[in-house]
Amino acid sequence: MGATPTSWYLVLSAILFAIGAAGVLVRRNLIVIFMAIELCLNAVNLTFVALARSLGSVDGQVIVFFVMTVAAAEAAVGLAIIIALVRTRETTNADEVATLRW
Amino acid sequence: MNPVAFLVLAALTIAAALTVVLHRNPVHSALGLVSTLFLLSVQFVGLDAEMVAVLQIIVYAGAVVVLFLFVIMLLNLQIEVRRTGGPVLVGVAGSAAVALAALIVRSVAGRPATGAVEVPAGFGSATALGERLFTAYLVPFELTSLLLLVAVIGAVVLAKKKA
Amino acid sequence: MGVDAAIIAGKALFLMLAFVLQVMALGVWFERKVSAVIQDRIGANRASIFGVAAMGIVNTLVADPIKFLLKEDVTPANVDHLLHAMAPVLSLVPALLAFAVIPFGDVLQVGDRVINLQPASLNVGLLYVLAMASLSVYGVVLAGWASNNRWSLLGGIRGSAQMISYEIAMGLALIGTVVVYNTLDLQEMARAQGHLLWGWLPAWGILYQPVAFVIFMTAGVAESKRIPFDLPESESELVAGYFTEYSGAKHLMFMMSDFVEVVLVSALVTVLFFGGWQVPWLFRDGFHLPGAAFVAVPSLLVTILQLTAFGLKLIFFTWLQIVIRWTLPRFRYDQLMRLGWQGLLPLALANVVVTALVVLLLERAA
Repeated sequence: MGATPTSWYLVLSAILFAIGAAGVLVRRNLIVIFMAIELCLNAVNLTFVALARSLGSVDGQVIVFFVMTVAAAEAAVGLAIIIALVRTRETTNADEVATLRW
Repeated sequence: MNPVAFLVLAALTIAAALTVVLHRNPVHSALGLVSTLFLLSVQFVGLDAEMVAVLQIIVYAGAVVVLFLFVIMLLNLQIEVRRTGGPVLVGVAGSAAVALAALIVRSVAGRPATGAVEVPAGFGSATALGERLFTAYLVPFELTSLLLLVAVIGAVVLAKKKA
Repeated sequence: MGVDAAIIAGKALFLMLAFVLQVMALGVWFERKVSAVIQDRIGANRASIFGVAAMGIVNTLVADPIKFLLKEDVTPANVDHLLHAMAPVLSLVPALLAFAVIPFGDVLQVGDRVINLQPASLNVGLLYVLAMASLSVYGVVLAGWASNNRWSLLGGIRGSAQMISYEIAMGLALIGTVVVYNTLDLQEMARAQGHLLWGWLPAWGILYQPVAFVIFMTAGVAESKRIPFDLPESESELVAGYFTEYSGAKHLMFMMSDFVEVVLVSALVTVLFFGGWQVPWLFRDGFHLPGAAFVAVPSLLVTILQLTAFGLKLIFFTWLQIVIRWTLPRFRYDQLMRLGWQGLLPLALANVVVTALVVLLLERAA
């Protein structure tokens, strides 16, 4: 049983980040865009944990702890903004909320 | 972690991530996100990061995505008619994402890093994480708790109905 | 490597078959019979095999499951079939998975191999249980959403809001025990409760953390959506709440997850506050009774006594939750939320602060 090389974890993380980035650019539903952002953040978490293991330092996991906390705070505020937006504009399509004027 | 186990998990994770981004129904996307988070948590356990893995399930899969589901149910989002924004945008975004992935892969594949460093027994346990958190990272910890307070107040204020 | 995996699988299987499923089945039978005793009636006793009704066991444990499994699986028309089918699974599986870290005995001596009687010895065991509790919210949310029925949706939203509110109080109550025992591993906590205070009193968790016991018991009953916290299901108001549109085997899975969570709360209360598998004054070599009397006991008998003690404690707390169910009326929804956020949460926080202060002062004094 050998250990997987760290670069494999980093490649997986890169693929997940690219999938998340493509999701943010391509999808029009605000909530799915948000979920794609969470996917990007998790890809970064995987990078940090893999490198923490490879360098033998717990600091990487501490940073993941902070990323998780900040992501949770951001999700809460972002979803509140979406609720407020949908309440006024009555649409969740990103194309239709493109103008500031109501 | 065993390379074969890693490859199986990686394939499942990528499939779940594609579900998040590509599926029409937002509830199915949310479930794809839960699957991705759970599979990543399994990867964390394989990387000797048990505390972070369990925190990922408690915080992310157990709270943040539930919040997403609540918002989807509250807004009663229907399956949308136009899912993506036009073929030109899809083409540009898709190639940009592939280019980004290729750039990152090229920059990390050159490293001679392996996963063979010996780590002490309590690596990734609550004790190790807490020791670092309350000594070297105390100020960010306190600031993050302040940030959470601000976020809670902000979310409540933003989502209130204007009476 | 293969032997270790086989031992872990064997322990998990033994815990499930000997404890969880038996106590759960006993709980189902208790539910019918204890409720009958409390309500001064006889209870289910009609079904019988060759005239043997066995006080309702044949009815509750043989006839009812057969009925559930053979019933037609009626699914309403415009539902999302994937979510509708997945919800009972998402409700049951995390509750069963949480048992992976519950210790059911001290050690088993087999030849020269000492087997720690806990299926998985994680060093973040208690947090793993909380993680599985967080995951069981999905069963409720998806069942309510996927049923295409506004009463189910209402029950599902109420249920998940209730579950995530009481998760917090549950977690904070457990932090008090973590501060006292200085470990997150449940087996270490159970072992630490074998210590004798002043030479005669077993140092069970209830002596150290009585407030946490009350908070955890309340929050645990609320998590498993039992009366007095069963507004998501509320049999007299929302038909069956979030699992209205489920019949046959899927309904059975929801009921099973209800009782598995009852057994889970009993197991946690036992391990954290009542010594787990500890028999008072029984150590690995025999009984060390107060007054310096010593009775030597062979190690296999010690293990069997500890397993029996664990089973009896599980049965007691399952019975207690069933009695609570049939005694108290239901909370109104705003009362429920107020209790969770304005009652249990500050109390649990205060418990953590006081516990930490006391532990700090005692360490300084020592």
